[in-house]
Amino acid sequence: MSARDLLPLILALAVLAALPFLGLSGSVLNFLVTTLIIALAGVGWNVLGGFGGQYSFGHAAFFGTGAYATAILQMKLGWNAWGALGAGIGIGALAGLAIGYLSFRAGLRGSYFALVTLAFAEVFRILANSADFTGGAAGLLLPLRPGLATLQFADRRAFYLLVLAFVGVALLASRWLERSRFGAHLIAVRENEEAARALGVDALSVKLRAIALSAAITAAAGGLYVQYFLYLDAGVAYGTWISVEALLAPIVGGIGTAFGPLVGALALQGLGEVTKHLAGGVPGVDLVVFGACLIAVIAFAPQGLLGLRRRRKARAERAVPVGA
Amino acid sequence: MYAPQILIEAALNGLMTGAVYALIALGLTLVYGVLHIINFAHGALLTVAMFAVWGAFALFHLDPYWAMLGIVPLMFGLGYGLQRFVIGPASHGSDNNVLLVTLGLSIVLENALLALFRSDTRALDSDAALQVVELGPLLLSTPRLIGFAASLAVTGLLWLVLNRTDTGRAIRAVAREKLGARLVGIEVDHVYAVTFGLGCACLAVAACLLMPTYYVNPRSGAAFVLVAFTIVVLGGMGSIAGALVGGLIIGVVESFSGLLLGDSLGQIGIFLIFILVLLVRPTGLFGARA
Repeated sequence: MSARDLLPLILALAVLAALPFLGLSGSVLNFLVTTLIIALAGVGWNVLGGFGGQYSFGHAAFFGTGAYATAILQMKLGWNAWGALGAGIGIGALAGLAIGYLSFRAGLRGSYFALVTLAFAEVFRILANSADFTGGAAGLLLPLRPGLATLQFADRRAFYLLVLAFVGVALLASRWLERSRFGAHLIAVRENEEAARALGVDALSVKLRAIALSAAITAAAGGLYVQYFLYLDAGVAYGTWISVEALLAPIVGGIGTAFGPLVGALALQGLGEVTKHLAGGVPGVDLVVFGACLIAVIAFAPQGLLGLRRRRKARAERAVPVGA
Repeated sequence: MYAPQILIEAALNGLMTGAVYALIALGLTLVYGVLHIINFAHGALLTVAMFAVWGAFALFHLDPYWAMLGIVPLMFGLGYGLQRFVIGPASHGSDNNVLLVTLGLSIVLENALLALFRSDTRALDSDAALQVVELGPLLLSTPRLIGFAASLAVTGLLWLVLNRTDTGRAIRAVAREKLGARLVGIEVDHVYAVTFGLGCACLAVAACLLMPTYYVNPRSGAAFVLVAFTIVVLGGMGSIAGALVGGLIIGVVESFSGLLLGDSLGQIGIFLIFILVLLVRPTGLFGARA
């Protein structure tokens, strides 16, 4: 990766890192942390869905697995929070590998893959809702113990910066994906699996590595979520909300681009807040707007918000007369 | 162990529920068979129809069975319009886009209902739900028996429409060979929209049959939609006979796993069948196409 590849990334992270020091209120910081967590889940979805073309409707399976593992390892086994978060990410990746191995081996793609991932997330939700070690329907409540080893901070800004660091690493991974040989293989599989295979790409292995990376990033989002809110139940961890948010962010921002999920999450969550404010607390209106955005983006801007900018640039370049 | 009477009743109840499931799955499989798309908004559209039945009863005291006469054409029109003016144009002919557009539609519909009606659960305020028919030692709920018979009748009717009418022939022609159908003068976009409309009409019938014994809230449809997907996958995508048989099987499985495992864990049986069928035999019992 050249310096030119990294410059926009560094700039964006610097601006976001400066945000909490502008004297923002606690609720604005809460909003920003949630948005970054959703962006992180979206970066994860984008690895598999954007670069790999495998649309998952059940990324909650990984988000929830990361969150439950992070919480349970601390509460039941007394692990250090950092270790638990790391293990949560690893277990999330394993869940990704397992689901990926079963579905890709069976040759599922397109709508079949979307359906099977959705079903896995639902099975996980029902199991977590009735098992004992997940706290069942009552959920898990992480004890409040601020400290570096417990990954809980009295100052919200510290946690914000931690989440931002995770987003930074995940964006770096996406940037690498855009430039690396593995990324090229993944995109080749997305564009035409048969052709990629004919050229010697091991499609199954490429897709498996992609789903493991994708699941790991989304599991990190789940782990950070439970670490911030200190509460988890099956509906939050494995609910459809996060599956939907994780795919909305990259699609609205710009599918298959490194920055798409971050731009999409910021735009959508911001829009959601504004709508909620305007509607005066009527439930669901923000999601109505999200759904409408999804349809509108697919109808009018298939490359998302980032694509709009690129399209305008391309048009401007085309407008220059050939002889000039 | 359970007394045989309980087991027989569970099986019969499963069959009766399964017939209505089959009707819901029928709409999904019909759309898949012709448009080759998975309609993710199917559950949300069912919720819309169920709210319509509830509204007709609450406002005009209209019996759900009579309400069918109005709600079925309305849902047909809604489905026709959605496919013709939203899903078709927005998806630019890509299957992945259809998936996302219908997902977007389901989010919009479900949450619009949530904004309008909040998350309260509503049921028809009538005692028709409690009527039973005595069949020897067995007691069977009358509205569910009606639901069973009507679902079978509608499945038969749909089969007749597809096999004996010009519209049906056009639908089957488009399903088989889109380009060829266009060449002989069939308006493909119109046939797509009619098919989608028929799928929604099936939902309307199902809603009228369900409401006397069921309740509705903005998330009701979501509970049915994965069941419907399971049935469609089990029966074979696009197969009408498959939807019927699959619906009956799933109804019985749900009834028994509910009896053995309790209501919340009982749902798992359905999802496991779903995942298993997708992984082992994605063409289903009756399907030829994957």
